[in-house]
Amino acid sequence: MRLDSLRDTFDVAIVGAGSAGLAAAAVTAGAGLATLVVDENAGPGGQIYRAVTTSPVKRRDILGEDYWAGERLVADAVRSGAAMLDATTVWSLDRDLAIGLSRDGSARMITARRVIIATGAQERPFPIPGWTLPGVMTAGGVQTMLKASGLVPAGETVIAGTGPLLWLLASQLVRAGVAIAAILDTTPRAAYLKAAPHAAGFVLSPLFAKGLALRREVAAKVRVIAGVTEIRAAGFGKLASVTYAAGGRQETLPVDNLLLHQGVVPNVNLAMAAGCQHRWDARQLCFVPVLDADGLSSVPGIAIAGDGAGIAGAWAAEERGRLAGVAAVRALAPQASAPDGQAIRQRLARHEAARGFLETLFQPPRQFRVPPSDDTIVCRCEEVTAGTVREAARLGCEGPNQLKAFTRCGMGPCQGRLCGLTVTEIIAETRGLSPEVVGSYRLRPPVKPISLGELARMPASAAAVKAVVR
Amino acid sequence: MFRRLPEIVQRVVTITVDGQRVAAQEGDSVAAALLAAGLTPTRLTPVSGAPRAPYCMMGVCFECIVTIDGVANRQGCLVPVREAMQVTTIAGRRELAI
Repeated sequence: MRLDSLRDTFDVAIVGAGSAGLAAAAVTAGAGLATLVVDENAGPGGQIYRAVTTSPVKRRDILGEDYWAGERLVADAVRSGAAMLDATTVWSLDRDLAIGLSRDGSARMITARRVIIATGAQERPFPIPGWTLPGVMTAGGVQTMLKASGLVPAGETVIAGTGPLLWLLASQLVRAGVAIAAILDTTPRAAYLKAAPHAAGFVLSPLFAKGLALRREVAAKVRVIAGVTEIRAAGFGKLASVTYAAGGRQETLPVDNLLLHQGVVPNVNLAMAAGCQHRWDARQLCFVPVLDADGLSSVPGIAIAGDGAGIAGAWAAEERGRLAGVAAVRALAPQASAPDGQAIRQRLARHEAARGFLETLFQPPRQFRVPPSDDTIVCRCEEVTAGTVREAARLGCEGPNQLKAFTRCGMGPCQGRLCGLTVTEIIAETRGLSPEVVGSYRLRPPVKPISLGELARMPASAAAVKAVVR
Repeated sequence: MFRRLPEIVQRVVTITVDGQRVAAQEGDSVAAALLAAGLTPTRLTPVSGAPRAPYCMMGVCFECIVTIDGVANRQGCLVPVREAMQVTTIAGRRELAI
């Protein structure tokens, strides 16, 4: 589908074709609302179901049945009649629900009566010494390469960090026949005790049995080093070794690939740039949007669904997408039929009940969020170190936005996506404030790069031309 | 370092990277094709000239930015390879000829 063949306005525009976006689209388009789903990837599925319609990995046991469940979500969304626009970037969204799109070198604006932001999650920054070396990647990134291209790490491979995705990726790689030299598990031993009071909600979840089975499968094939308290990657021009400390013992492993993961956090750039209010979540240790029970944000007409609304996993994302879809139908076409919201809420509550345990157990330890070493790079783009951020904070820098002026931290191409949370926590710690008070980078459109040529060539109304041309 | 699983059989797509012909597979992103071909680092930073390679593969980190068919600073992880695509990597700070 080409941008110029797109209508000017939709009832519902959904940003992101992952679990939440696809589920929302099936509801709104199914109810007869003109629905557009935009995603910057080559096909639908988001990250969890990445490339689910095109994956060259035919042995279905490698990625597992939970991955292939995404085929049904995509099929339902397509069958609903929603317009699906792939390889398209949303670079702007404002309070008037005007949406800036860019596809294949051309850009245009459309409007919607309702917007559902379903931009999902990104992996939490994992700032350790050497994390910018070629050879160091996120576990999620490697999982994407497996799903989309059937590519797997070759050579000595170490996985480090904590969280469910780490174990999922390890099991998928083991099934694909990849030798993993070691898993450096950074989950503090004390976290198991802290998480225990939340166990009741978790044991009842299907995630419990799945999680145990994954760990058992991986631990049978891979050396798992528990209680890792320090990790350093090193190499000249590329990764050569990883050194870890655990239980007062240090070891250096020769390594070609180091895969890092310590959980995921909401992808907030578009929602923040649109002016949606966010708050600091002290258990998830990230900024999450302030939402009502239907997922509506502080900006009228903008709802946020899925992990972008706060991390709760793919199944919850799907239900949150449906809820946002039902709310859109109630608002825009009250007489149209929509699924029963009560039943969706019950399923969502079951999925969310498991979160307390997971979030407490897999809360990344402080030293992997706030680098103790001053030399560790925090802002990968502008190469600003933890020491520089701390020094600025000690000199009186009040928050992330002033820090930009002092150091250029957060001003590179990624626009703070890979340093924002780290910077907030470093400033909070140095100044003795809460992250909520320190706040986040102020984000503005364009939230993704767009060329001046694209902007200049955008179709403009006669009135807009008359306003600036004599 | 990456390798393709033996079961993978996709159509070969040939792209050009810094003048060198590289065989990728249909469905690869530019970033995946560069990693699969072992062409790392994929850029030198404009700040210090440090070597970098794709990091997140999901459109977040901008480590994989390259010039694709003359358009600078494209996110290689979001662009699928196409036959005869011209990819140029970024070698540090840009020089202005005066």
